[in-house]
Amino acid sequence: MKVFVARDAAALAVGADRVAAAIAAEAEKRQQHVTLVRTGTRGMLWLEPLIEVATPEGRVGYGPVTPADVPSLFDAGFLEGRPHPRRAGQVEELPFFKRQTRLIFARAGLANPLSLSDYRILGGLHGLDRALTLGPEQIVAEVKRSGLRGRGGAGFPTGIKWESAARAQAARKYIVCNADEGDSGTFADRILMEGDPFTVIEGMLIAAIAVGATRGFIYIRSEYPHAIRAMASAIEIARREGILGPHAAGSNYAFDIEIRVGAGAYICGEETSLLESLEGKRGMVRAKPPLPVVSGLFGQPTVINNLVTFSSVPFILAQGGQAYADMGVGRSRGTMPVQLAGNVRHGGVFECAFGVTLGELVNEIGGGTASGRPVRAVQAGGPLGAYLPPALFDTPYDYEAFAAHEGLIGHGGLVVFDDTVNLARMARFAMEFCAHESCGKCTPCRIGSRRGVEVLDRILAGRDREQNIALLGELCETLRYGSLCALGGLVPYPVLSALKHFPEDFGLAVLPSVAAAV
Amino acid sequence: MSSSLRRNPSRRNFDEITARKIIEAALGHEGPLLPILHALQEAFGCVPREAEPLIASTLNLTRADVHGVVTFYHDFHRAPAGRHVLKLCRAEACQSMGSEANARRLLDALGIDWGGTTADGSLTVEPVYCLGLCATSPSALLDGEPLGRVGAEQLEALAAEAKR
Repeated sequence: MKVFVARDAAALAVGADRVAAAIAAEAEKRQQHVTLVRTGTRGMLWLEPLIEVATPEGRVGYGPVTPADVPSLFDAGFLEGRPHPRRAGQVEELPFFKRQTRLIFARAGLANPLSLSDYRILGGLHGLDRALTLGPEQIVAEVKRSGLRGRGGAGFPTGIKWESAARAQAARKYIVCNADEGDSGTFADRILMEGDPFTVIEGMLIAAIAVGATRGFIYIRSEYPHAIRAMASAIEIARREGILGPHAAGSNYAFDIEIRVGAGAYICGEETSLLESLEGKRGMVRAKPPLPVVSGLFGQPTVINNLVTFSSVPFILAQGGQAYADMGVGRSRGTMPVQLAGNVRHGGVFECAFGVTLGELVNEIGGGTASGRPVRAVQAGGPLGAYLPPALFDTPYDYEAFAAHEGLIGHGGLVVFDDTVNLARMARFAMEFCAHESCGKCTPCRIGSRRGVEVLDRILAGRDREQNIALLGELCETLRYGSLCALGGLVPYPVLSALKHFPEDFGLAVLPSVAAAV
Repeated sequence: MSSSLRRNPSRRNFDEITARKIIEAALGHEGPLLPILHALQEAFGCVPREAEPLIASTLNLTRADVHGVVTFYHDFHRAPAGRHVLKLCRAEACQSMGSEANARRLLDALGIDWGGTTADGSLTVEPVYCLGLCATSPSALLDGEPLGRVGAEQLEALAAEAKR
C-alpha cells in the first residue's frame, strides 16, 4: 500500500517527518506492507501534515495528523480509506481543491517531485516537445497569444518581453528566474520548487529556445533551504538525463542552469537589483532604461521572469496559447496561484482563473479567520500592497480591478487579519520594513522611509496628529513619485490605504483629506 | 520535538589557507562573490574581516567593494552566531497570528534583543522577514529546520532545549 506524505517545508514545519516515521514504525509493528511516498504539498496547508492513500475512488486524505493519531488510523483501516475523525475525504473532491483550475500546480503533491519519469507520466515535457517542433518565433507567438503577464508583481506581458530579447543581437543571452520570493504571504514559488521543480526547468528551457539564450540562473532566497536542495537535485537529474546540457533534450539548443542563493535582501526581488546581486555586487537598483532585455546580466540581453511565469509556460506550449487565454477576465488571462495566508482558516495555494472576487477568496475559500474573529483587513500583494477592508470584498481578482482600488495583485499573496489588528501599527511596520530593506540608492526611499517611521510614531503617540498626518501625505507623495523602484514607490500604498480605510486606528474620527485622494 | 538539536555548522577560527581554497574553488562561477561569501560563512560561521583583502586581490576588486557587499546583505555576519540559531519571522502574515508578542516574550526571557546571543553562547535569535510558511504562521527556522504554528510556550521550550 502506498501512503503519500508531503515533504514540503510547510508540512515539515508542522511535523510531517515525525508522522511519516510513525507510519513506518506502526506498519512494521503490525507487519503491514506500506510504501511511503514523499511528495510536494497539495497546497492545502491547514490540513498538513496531510497523509493520503490511494483507493479505487481516488486518493483519500487524513489531516492534520499527529504521530499520536497513527495507531488509531491503522485501527480504523485508513489504508483502505475508512472513516476516522481525521479523515478529510477524497482530496480532489474537497471544495478548496475542486474549485481550483490547476495548471501550474497540476502535479504538485501527486508524486515524488524528483522522479523525471513521474513528471513525464503526469504530462511533463509535452510543452517542451511542442516548443522544439515550433521553433523560436512560434514559441513567442504562443506566449503572446496566451496573454500571460509577469507574475512577480509588475504584470508586464511576457510574450513582448521575450520578443524583445529574441530580437536583441548578442553573443550571449541569459535566462534568469526570479525565485527571491520575499513578500510576506507568498509561497507559490517555494511550493513549486519543492513540489514540481522540473516544471521550472522546462519553462526556463522553453524561454531559452525562444530567445536564443544559453545560460540560465535561478536566484533563490536563502530563507528557502529546502527549495534550494530540491531545485539543485532536479537540475542535476535534468543534466544527467540530457534535458539540460549542450544538446538540451536531444536538440541543437544548448542550455544549462545554475542556482544562485540570495543573502537576505528583500530588494533583490526587484529585477535590476537581482541582476546586480548575481554579478556579485550589492543589490542596488539600476535606473531603467536600458531594460534587462537589452542590457541585463553582465550587460547582455536577459529575460528575467518570476518563477510562476516560467512555470506557466509549459502548459501554454502544450495546450496552446489560446487555451490559456480562454481563462480569466479583461486583460488578466489565465490562472494565478492565490496564496491565502496569515490569520486564515484554510490557508494555502489556490490556483484559479482571474475574476473570482476577493470576498470569495477570503471568506468562502479561505473560510474566514483562523482565530474565528471577524475579518478586519486583507493585505493584498505583499508588504507593498494595500490593506483592503471587507467593504471592498466584491472587487474581482484581476490586475485592473485591483489597481482601481489602489490594490496590487503582486505575486498573489493575501494576508488576512482579524479585528485585533491595529492598522496604524501595520502602516508603521510598512515604513520600518522599507527602511530596513532599502538599497539606499535613491533619497526618497532611503531617507523618506525613516522619516515615515518617525512621523507615524508621533501619530501613534497622538502628538500634533493633524499636522503629522498632512506631513505623512506629503512624504508618501515624494516616495511614490520620487523613488527609483517599486520599494519606495509602492510603500505609500499600505500606509495610505490603512489611513483611508481605517482612520480610527490613527485616532481620527473622519477620513483625512490626504488619504481620500488615494 | 527532536530530543537533540543539530548544532550550528562550523565555527572554526580563520585560517588563510582554507579561505584561499574556498575563494579559488568558486572562481568558475560568473560573478563569484556571493557564492564565495556563502562558502566562507559556511566554513567559519561568519565572513571574517581577514578574508576581505584576499577576496579583493583575487577578484581584482577594491577592499571597499568587497566590504560593501558583505555589509549590504543581512545574511552575512561579522562574528559567529551562538551554537544554535533561531530565526523568527517578523513579517505581516506571522504578525497576524501574534508573532510579535511571542517574540517579545522570548527575547525578554532570554535577556537579549534581536540579533543577540544568550550569555552562555547557546542561542542566537535573529529576525527574518518571511520564510514562506505563511499559512502555518507563526513560523521559525531553528538551525535550518522549519517550524510552523509556533506559540510562545513552544519557543521557550526550544530555547531551554538549546541551552542543554
